[in-house]
Amino acid sequence: MKKVFATASEALDGLLHDGMLIAAGGFGLCGIPELLIDALVASGVKDLTVASNNAGVDDFGLGKLLATRQISKMMSSYVGENAEFMRQYLSGELELEFNPQGTLAERMRAGGSGIPGFYTQTGVGTQIAEGKEVKIFNGKEYILEEGIFADLSIVKAWKADDTGNLIFRKTARNFNPPAAMCGKVCVAEVEEIVPRGSIDPDHIHLPGIYVHRLIQGQHEKRIEQRTVRKREEA
Amino acid sequence: MAGEIKGWDRNQMAARAAQELEDGMYVNLGIGIPTLVANYVGDKDITLQSENGMLGMRPFPFEGEEDPDLINAGKQTITELARTSYFDSATSFGMIRGGKIAVAVLGAMEVSERGDLANWMIPGKLVKGMGGAMDLVAGVGRVIVVMDHTNKHGESKVLRDCTLPLTGKGVVDRIITNLGVLDVTHKGLHIVECADGVTREELIAATEATIV
Repeated sequence: MKKVFATASEALDGLLHDGMLIAAGGFGLCGIPELLIDALVASGVKDLTVASNNAGVDDFGLGKLLATRQISKMMSSYVGENAEFMRQYLSGELELEFNPQGTLAERMRAGGSGIPGFYTQTGVGTQIAEGKEVKIFNGKEYILEEGIFADLSIVKAWKADDTGNLIFRKTARNFNPPAAMCGKVCVAEVEEIVPRGSIDPDHIHLPGIYVHRLIQGQHEKRIEQRTVRKREEA
Repeated sequence: MAGEIKGWDRNQMAARAAQELEDGMYVNLGIGIPTLVANYVGDKDITLQSENGMLGMRPFPFEGEEDPDLINAGKQTITELARTSYFDSATSFGMIRGGKIAVAVLGAMEVSERGDLANWMIPGKLVKGMGGAMDLVAGVGRVIVVMDHTNKHGESKVLRDCTLPLTGKGVVDRIITNLGVLDVTHKGLHIVECADGVTREELIAATEATIV
């Protein structure tokens, strides 16, 4: 079966419906599926719930889907960089479910692994624990967190072969593998698609079993906080 | 309230926190004063974790060498070391939750005498989220808070009970402030040392929490 599509819009064709749950990879603006986000904007699909660690910035990443009001709920750990997000949230137009970062990652990994729930110490005794089942293991309190089962995963990798085996680059890996795992269908965008056999099987970060559709494209890869040191300090 | 107590500045607090780190440790440093701790580890072999998926962080790149695929948990561009490894967020928090990270050094808004920590939200103000802070304090072996002893109104940030929503309950082991070093014990806070020029009496007077 052919996994490679020509454009992001073609790769999403037939997969979208209003009210769906989408898991997106990325941390800040690093390793975000920017081409697929643009295609979601163009598709006009709405009332989306998006599980993503962050919500982009006003004019890039998930911020674009917020600007067009296509997202009705976010599941995130940190959303501080987006003024439009905050405006919609404070006015009640946008629902927000805060998840501790590790809990969010594990909820995706668990969902993708067929695990509907798991117990964690993260958040015990805090607002996050409210309404959640508590269980004692070896004298310590843990809370029940549920796996995320998304309708669609959108992720960004560095390289893929045409069977969907993925390699990520540096810290752009972040949420992409767990996000890819938890979707019924996963669409990945990469900087380069190479023929099968070009990647050493031992060097594959995410096996193609998790990846159903693929596109290759040019990425802006915007830097959120450009920090440098002066040469003379070396 | 003793208004003009001197004590340690930000760099001295960071240097004091660096003394807590031992050769061979894997450590997570938070944003703010905790980030400065890296400047004071000296010859100790310390591996810094960035919870977005990296062990072995190095400082900022030279201008023109920034890589958009290489950032720290504060989203700043950074560089790698020969020892560096990369991994996904679920693995990263697996090592945090699994107790593999020996020490986390974090900033705080409030700490209680039972080691409760508040550093993620102020009700009524803009809430940006907890990021990885709740996972870190729940999972890391030893949690050290580095912060100013009092807020800008001169009120103690070391309290009997936190007033702000918690990041973790009973999670802090040691508190390093501009006035000294305090340990959380089951009876209350124990003074480990006073900062330069600060007396025990001054430290107690500036602290709302119970000191034993």
